[in-house]
Amino acid sequence: MREINVETVKNEIARMCIEANYDLNPDVYNAIEGACASEPSPIGRNILSQLVKNADIAKASRKPICQDTGMAVIFMEVGQDVHFVGGDITEAVNEGVRKGYTEGYLRKSVVSDPIERVNTKDNTPAVIHYNIVPGDKVKIDVAPKGFGSENMSKVYMLKPSDGLEGVKDAVIDCIKKAGPNPCPPMVVGVGIGGNFEKVTELAKRALLRPIGSHSPIEYVKQTEEELLERANALGIGPQGLGGRTTVLGINIETYPTHIAGLPLAVNISCHVTRHASAIL
Amino acid sequence: MSDKTINITTPISRETARSLKAGDSVSISGVIYTARDAAHKRMLENLEKGIPLPVELKDQTIYFAGPSPAKPGEPIGSVGPTTSYRMDAYSPKTIELGLTCMIGKGARNNDVIEAMKMYGAVYIGAVGGAGALISGCVKKAEVVAYPDLGSEAIHRLEVENFPGIVIIDSEGTNLYETEPPKYIQA
Repeated sequence: MREINVETVKNEIARMCIEANYDLNPDVYNAIEGACASEPSPIGRNILSQLVKNADIAKASRKPICQDTGMAVIFMEVGQDVHFVGGDITEAVNEGVRKGYTEGYLRKSVVSDPIERVNTKDNTPAVIHYNIVPGDKVKIDVAPKGFGSENMSKVYMLKPSDGLEGVKDAVIDCIKKAGPNPCPPMVVGVGIGGNFEKVTELAKRALLRPIGSHSPIEYVKQTEEELLERANALGIGPQGLGGRTTVLGINIETYPTHIAGLPLAVNISCHVTRHASAIL
Repeated sequence: MSDKTINITTPISRETARSLKAGDSVSISGVIYTARDAAHKRMLENLEKGIPLPVELKDQTIYFAGPSPAKPGEPIGSVGPTTSYRMDAYSPKTIELGLTCMIGKGARNNDVIEAMKMYGAVYIGAVGGAGALISGCVKKAEVVAYPDLGSEAIHRLEVENFPGIVIIDSEGTNLYETEPPKYIQA
């Protein structure tokens, strides 16, 4: 057994919450910068250049890229030969979020109850996904997610007869309905398969993959490419004011499913798709 | 749609609001107020109970935004717009009460647009997700109501050259409807 003190986990998570919110990942930055040259809409080009400038200011002045610094989503891949010592691991993860959001001057956007809506003032609790894997390492992914785009996400319980075409049409319909609301250009995470709760986690995990990466499954890769092209032909454009830069990347993750079902989840993300990771 | 930027100083009269057209680039200076979901809800629920509004809305501008905290020595943190449709339930009333300008991002419903046409108000888009850039336009910020709401409190902002685009004007012309069709590829 390898011992890891939960204090280390806390400090790493605090650091990653801040880093993810200040420093736009290079894949997203490069995708936006690249689109500046190819976007035919003058308003669209102007918006894209402002987004590049915004990311530069955030990085240089150590400020959040966007004021919606999100609800903290944490993926923990825990090696089965790891023994956490020094306290409660879930409490340590939340302590890390609390520390990061306080020390980094990040916005506290979490309310303690969905109906009573009193702000917890420290952005906790986080949404934490634990997964036990072989080995003695811990991989942590911190993906703060804003809700302008989260609100535009959807789950579809399709029929097997809907097939791949049904999946494609639903993804495009979801992007079209989102329109200007999720701060396009968007990044789109798609989950196909599993069941009702598994499919949403797949979609969220798909957003962790860098823009331009593709599924190792050939038909899935082709679908990612085809959907990206179709989405950018919708005309929505940067901020929904018209153009061809509507989606920067579409990542799809799949999982086995039941003979009666074809679950689909579309997790829409914005041009501030954030992610930091570390291996302990 | 004009290429030049129109400078606007708040407060904005009904007449000025009506003169702005969808597609105009604007640069706003003066006082604007932030309010989002919780502040709108409280303002209008209080009004029904006979409690006056914490700020006079006549000719004012509401920015749908909840800033991140200010670092020491700075007036404000990042402060981009939030998605406006969540305020659709409240905006017809605030417009009726005298509001002439809303700044946000994303679509609005017909009730809001009808109120804008009836009373003379304008909806301006700020670049969503550009909160660090926009924070540079804010010269002074103070919480003037509902401090218990944290980021959702009503902030009084003094802004200089806050950049925006008129998305929906007082005639109901809507860039979200007129612009995307130009770029659809069959």
